[in-house]
Amino acid sequence: MAFDEKTEGFNVVGTRPDRPDGIDKVTGRASYGADASKAGMLHGAILRSPHAHAVIKSINLDKALALKGVKGVVTRADFAEGLTGENWNVLENVMAGEKALYDGHAVAAVAATSQLIARDALKLIEVDYEPIPHVTDVDKAMQPDAPVIREGQASKAVPAGMHPNVVDYHESGHGDVEAGFAEADLVMERTFTTEATHQGYIEPHACLATLGGDGRGELWCCTQGHWNVQKICAALVGIEQSALRVTASEIGGGFGGKTAVFIEPVALALSRKTNRPVKIAMPRADVFKATGPTASTSMDVKIGLKKDGTMTAAWGEFRSQGGAFPGSPFSFTAMCAFAPYALENVKQIGYDVMTNRPKQAAYRAPGSPMAAFAVESLLDEMCNQMGLDPLEVRLKNASKQGTKASFGPTWDRIGLVECLEAAKEHSHYAAPVPEGAGRGISCGFWFNHGGETSVTLAMSEDGTAQLMLGTPDIGGSRASMAMMAAEELGIPYEHVRATVADTATLGYNEVSHGSRVTYASGLATIEAARDTVKKLCARAAAKWGIDEDAVVWRDGCAVPSGPNAGDFDPLPIGQICRKMGATGGPIVGHYEATPEGAGVSFAVHIVDATVDRETGATSVDRYTVIQDAGKAIHPDYVEGQYQGGAAQGIGWALNEEYIYGEDGRLQNAGFLDYRIPVASDLPMIDTVIVEVPNPGHPYGVRGVGETSICPPLAAIANAVSNAAGVRMKDLPMRPSRILDALDG
Amino acid sequence: MIQVSTTINGDEHQFVCDPRETLLDVLRDRLGLTGAKEGCGTGDCGACTVEIGGRPVCSCLMLGAEAEGKEITTVEGIADGEDLHPLQVNFIKHAALQCGICTPGILVATKALLEENPNPTETEVRYWLAGNLCRCTGYDKIIRAVMETAAEMRENA
Amino acid sequence: MYKPLVKVHLWSGLRSLVGQEVVEVRATNVAQMLNALEKEHPALSDAIDAGVSVSIDGKIYAYGLTEAVDETKEIYLLQRIKGG
Ligand code: FES
Ligand code: FES
Repeated sequence: MAFDEKTEGFNVVGTRPDRPDGIDKVTGRASYGADASKAGMLHGAILRSPHAHAVIKSINLDKALALKGVKGVVTRADFAEGLTGENWNVLENVMAGEKALYDGHAVAAVAATSQLIARDALKLIEVDYEPIPHVTDVDKAMQPDAPVIREGQASKAVPAGMHPNVVDYHESGHGDVEAGFAEADLVMERTFTTEATHQGYIEPHACLATLGGDGRGELWCCTQGHWNVQKICAALVGIEQSALRVTASEIGGGFGGKTAVFIEPVALALSRKTNRPVKIAMPRADVFKATGPTASTSMDVKIGLKKDGTMTAAWGEFRSQGGAFPGSPFSFTAMCAFAPYALENVKQIGYDVMTNRPKQAAYRAPGSPMAAFAVESLLDEMCNQMGLDPLEVRLKNASKQGTKASFGPTWDRIGLVECLEAAKEHSHYAAPVPEGAGRGISCGFWFNHGGETSVTLAMSEDGTAQLMLGTPDIGGSRASMAMMAAEELGIPYEHVRATVADTATLGYNEVSHGSRVTYASGLATIEAARDTVKKLCARAAAKWGIDEDAVVWRDGCAVPSGPNAGDFDPLPIGQICRKMGATGGPIVGHYEATPEGAGVSFAVHIVDATVDRETGATSVDRYTVIQDAGKAIHPDYVEGQYQGGAAQGIGWALNEEYIYGEDGRLQNAGFLDYRIPVASDLPMIDTVIVEVPNPGHPYGVRGVGETSICPPLAAIANAVSNAAGVRMKDLPMRPSRILDALDG
Repeated sequence: MIQVSTTINGDEHQFVCDPRETLLDVLRDRLGLTGAKEGCGTGDCGACTVEIGGRPVCSCLMLGAEAEGKEITTVEGIADGEDLHPLQVNFIKHAALQCGICTPGILVATKALLEENPNPTETEVRYWLAGNLCRCTGYDKIIRAVMETAAEMRENA
Repeated sequence: MYKPLVKVHLWSGLRSLVGQEVVEVRATNVAQMLNALEKEHPALSDAIDAGVSVSIDGKIYAYGLTEAVDETKEIYLLQRIKGG
């Protein structure tokens, strides 16, 4: 794709205007998933398995149906039959079939006139379970004697002789790692583990569904991608895609977890059964038990290093469980592991493993943070042992344009070296490590993504613009999009109203994921605005009776150029639009494409931390994020992504984990026991925005949403290990673990 | 069902509710005040925070019936007509929200803080807000917005 | 129509399926390339159906079926890139 590139002289881009949904959100007016209601609406509730693995022998609904106020109950029999592939997996996860596959797996659902009645009715549903052996640990699930979750799921890539729970396999790399290790002065191998963590969005999943016997429906829900919801729900309840209109509510956080569907098909099935609108709002415990956490991992990593800091070879094996279904991000873990380094000899292997846990969902740069934890921790330990500066070693081996990526291709323009240089110059790195503290640094990498995108920009008669987007706004993206449209049209930012359109009013848009929104919707917005400008110029040309090509657009006005320069006064956008009905009709620009130049992104984090040797508690004292944004459209929201990713990574490193008991049941399904960072746990988080333009975007934008969660796990682990004087190889580094490590 | 009379954002309200219903459910489902959010229903996230008698309270931990005779302020009652409270202005200006689901609870809680302590330290703000979870921002811009508001309000007092 | 002979690097999980690290097929764009790969190396079809991304001269295409390919380009098959 070739663009008219614009890298300087911006009027709007790079400034920090107020977001358009700001007032709605500070006054309580903004409408989120659970905030909608309809006349005659029923409340839905979902019954979940208390067993980690059990055959469902029978379900008796009689008593529940007899309760006053209960209007309908659905089970698996109320959903489409004959699905295959991922649709079958999603349905099996949304409503269990023959077996309950994890603690929290849905088995039936009720619609009643109030939430209290619906929840009372759940207690009256009688399910006859036959518990069977379960496994929740990734390494145990690969052992020969592990219970089988489901036969026949393995892809052809899986080497012969592996347990049926191993469902996919990845191997990539180049060179000869053994020869590389032979050249090294120090070769070290270590094993690391990370626990599953939840995206932890504060808004639980919620939706309001209407579906008639004619197969036509409406769905309101909090989602990262409503076209995806439309597609999957239509398949799961057996209706046509276009018959279901899906509107994305305001969304209270997603981080990947709202790219999947959980309750929406259930609400639709209940609505069809009762012929009433049905609302479901998930209780928090259900969010933990039944919506996707990320994968847990077990990883072996080996690196060879010369005395001068050159990495001679690297090897890693990454085992990743994604719950009772195929699909953990094992291949990304493998591919991201050594991506920051230019290596002649590298090999990475990944395994996708099933266990009796909830179906994992994407979580910010899926798979990459764990890999960085292993690789960057080992590198730190080796630098310490050899007396090398960890930042210099990273700089020496850094991937750059023209070097070969660990997973194969040759890098295009990337900004890792620039991030490392910025880290080196930062006052944080220059400052001596405070007495008693430890310092850690880490690199991180994520691919970023483009994806299917549609945008429409319609002019109003007063010269203002309505921008219709299809990517739900999770963190201020409507502001960024309006800024890019205003930049192109040459009108004030306030004159653009950006709206997230529903599935019936715009072409298909892929989910807001993969850090794609500012990149792909931004690119589409720019192109739609350029399409609009072309049409505006044509109207001016017609008025002046000159060639369309002889009109240029400058500062919100059509201006004659070339041989006609100066012949006519500039024609402002408002004047052209006021007459648009009489000069050819409405002026609307649009753009539909699958942009493919997302541009990868790298980050470097620096942390100072102290460890309390009595309690084992860690305090994060200073934190700096340095990341390549390509071009920051609205710097506040870029910084916000950096800070938010760092905070989530800090939680993953120190506190957050899924804790399973011997019985295979989740023991901490609430924010009290699954502790995400609170305000008093964190310091201010400094940010540095590095801008190495992405050649695949007209302004150079790279996605920024995900890379920020890649370095913190290792950066904190390195700081803590350096402070405590013992190497921490298992996450989270909760106080008990640190005390155990200190006791040796 | 129980009959309850209460004052919310200065207006008198009467409602009937089930004895098991929380104040949060009553506000959202019976009175249409959906500004307070349910993030957990167990008192752990603060998204449902409302102010009662000058104190921030988790409305998910209080029964609707307990609202009898109380004076309650929700996020909908913070602005004065079209004039936003300085906290609201600064939250927008300093990008102290990303998704915004935590914002109503945090605004109600920090308004109560500044009424009690117009000159809080950063640490005081952080501990005051320790019961209000935000998963998007890392709290940095929230803390800055609160500190800035406190300074502004002191100047204008 | 003349179709250039393009060299496709496989991720090594796929190499064991076809016994080669690089396979050559005739194609002018990614769609033709994937079709040819499936036809000439049926063992790859599961992986291709499951979704692949393609890297062309260092740029990663999540779909890119219409992107042009020829003998001069560096082409890698990658597992489909998604995100959170
Ligand atoms: S909903 Fe009340 S504290 Fe979370
Ligand atoms: S802004 Fe999303 S939870 Fe705070």
